[in-house]
Amino acid sequence: MITTVGLTKRYGPVTAVDDLSVDVAPGVVGLVGANGAGKSTLLKVLLGLLPATSGTASVLGLDVATQGEEIRARVGYMPEHDCLPPDVSATEFVVHMARMSGLPTTAARERTADTLRHVGLYEERYRPMGGYSTGMRQRVKLAQALAHDPQLVLLDEPTNGLDPAGRDDMLGLVRRIGTEFGISVLVTSHLLGELERVCDAVVVVDGGRLLRSTSTADLTAASALLVVEVEDGDRDGRGAQLLAGALRDAGVVVHPGGAASRLLEVELAGDATYDAVRDGAARLGLGLVRVQQRRHRMAEVFAPPAAGAGAPGPAVRASDDDQEVGARVGTV
Amino acid sequence: MRVSAPSERLAVPAPSGQRDAIHDIGYRHYDGPRLGRRAVQRALLLDSARGAYGLGRAGRTKIVPVLLLAAMCLPAVIVSIVASVIGAAQLPLNYTAYSTTLATLVVVFVATQAPASVSRDLRFRVVSLYFSRPMQRVDYVQAKFAGLALAVLAFLAAPQLLLLAGALLAEMPLREQLPDLARALAGAVVLSLVLAGVGLVLAAATPRRGLGVAAIITVLVVLSGVQAAVLGISLERGADTAAGWSGLLQPFTLVDGAATLLGAEATLPPGPPGTAGALVFAAVALALVAACYVLLVLRYRKVSVS
Repeated sequence: MITTVGLTKRYGPVTAVDDLSVDVAPGVVGLVGANGAGKSTLLKVLLGLLPATSGTASVLGLDVATQGEEIRARVGYMPEHDCLPPDVSATEFVVHMARMSGLPTTAARERTADTLRHVGLYEERYRPMGGYSTGMRQRVKLAQALAHDPQLVLLDEPTNGLDPAGRDDMLGLVRRIGTEFGISVLVTSHLLGELERVCDAVVVVDGGRLLRSTSTADLTAASALLVVEVEDGDRDGRGAQLLAGALRDAGVVVHPGGAASRLLEVELAGDATYDAVRDGAARLGLGLVRVQQRRHRMAEVFAPPAAGAGAPGPAVRASDDDQEVGARVGTV
Repeated sequence: MRVSAPSERLAVPAPSGQRDAIHDIGYRHYDGPRLGRRAVQRALLLDSARGAYGLGRAGRTKIVPVLLLAAMCLPAVIVSIVASVIGAAQLPLNYTAYSTTLATLVVVFVATQAPASVSRDLRFRVVSLYFSRPMQRVDYVQAKFAGLALAVLAFLAAPQLLLLAGALLAEMPLREQLPDLARALAGAVVLSLVLAGVGLVLAAATPRRGLGVAAIITVLVVLSGVQAAVLGISLERGADTAAGWSGLLQPFTLVDGAATLLGAEATLPPGPPGTAGALVFAAVALALVAACYVLLVLRYRKVSVS
């Protein structure tokens, strides 16, 4: 679907994309990287809007350097920034944008009604967009990218500025575009955790270079882990080890941290594991500082491998906040 | 979000007693015709022209252009009524003179509608959506230019056509009216291109709409002031040739001078010196339009997509 070979884009002395070679299969693909990693630049090169400094890229089998117009006719683009005039309604705006993609007026009207319904805009579609919330604005931006029924949509940070519920909605929508609508998606984010939930594959870039390109199934193949941090009071730092022993007795697989570590990694085997942790801590009189779910290897794509196996500290900090399930539990 | 709950997406039953229901038939692909770049450009052109009168926009954007158009047409109606009541053999105000007499209204129309056409797209970054579609930047510039020129032409031509209707009602012979009207319309075409070009170049320089309005009014008013000053000084010193050339300094006298090529008297005296002078006026008018187009293309080449 998207292929780049040695793609490089420089702005003067700044290299935004550096010798990037990646082959993206159809489906929902995440493009992950920190701010300034070159994600937006890559999207613009793929749309044929920015010429590459060197290297080649093709989208849907079309060369970005020479067939930009054909690419843009078949691809939908949702920019990261705001791009909605406040004085027209969502309906008027999306109809106009569908026509600007080459749809005849009647077809543009029908597609607009369909698309706005799919992204979840109902009565509010007739109001001027100046009064919309961030969530509604993001939906209109998504709708204008889908209005002409593209084969591929490029979504630049669609969850930007949304609250957690809005993020979940948007991510669910992204997933539906890929599965129900049958439109391939390239979606960018700086949060690995949210993309792992909806993407078939993830491409990780940093400083314009490819860090990793892999399917999400590979990334999250390992079983889920529970990170447990205990407050051991007067046990001289042995609280975690005592809890590890208690959990092993209860038949739970535990990877202990270092000698003085207050962290444990517990393999999650259903709700019973939570109960075992709670009961063990209560029996030993330990305070549970946090109980946090972490899917196994996803976060380590970002962070360098932790020094020494079984030392979960750095990886825990690299994991995403929204996976935290039982944060800051006091003494049980 | 409602769409993520499958049960709610299946069917929304209507109020009791009715058999109608809205069914979600899922995502439908579009396999109808897709129009090319030219058709898209035409759609944008018409949208821009209509937008200048607030058509297809929010209600309050219609107020200013409609009031201006009414003000522009009202004198034509009055002139027509007067002419038919007193049974005049000729219109007291001819077609070409009409738009130059009401130049202030034309300036205000261009100054308010040129920024409305382009500043909005720049300010709210709608351009990035246009340019991520098949349309190219040059297409956008052409469509916006032609769209505004069309709107200004309608603004200039509407009262001229009303005058013609008035003349016919006053039983003036059509054959005498048509040549003058044709000349006036030709002049209106050139004037609308010049004004749209100048207006858009100034408006596209800033994403701030108010700034664009102020800039256009300032430039056009200052230019006509300078022209009037040069004309006055020249006449005072008896330099008739210089007085004639002074018409080059602002759009209305420029186009009016160029229109003398078509055989009309200059409505804004003294007009260009001789036929050669009129040719120079015409050449300058066309060069000005071309220059505005080139400047706009250069401006939009620099507009970033993000």
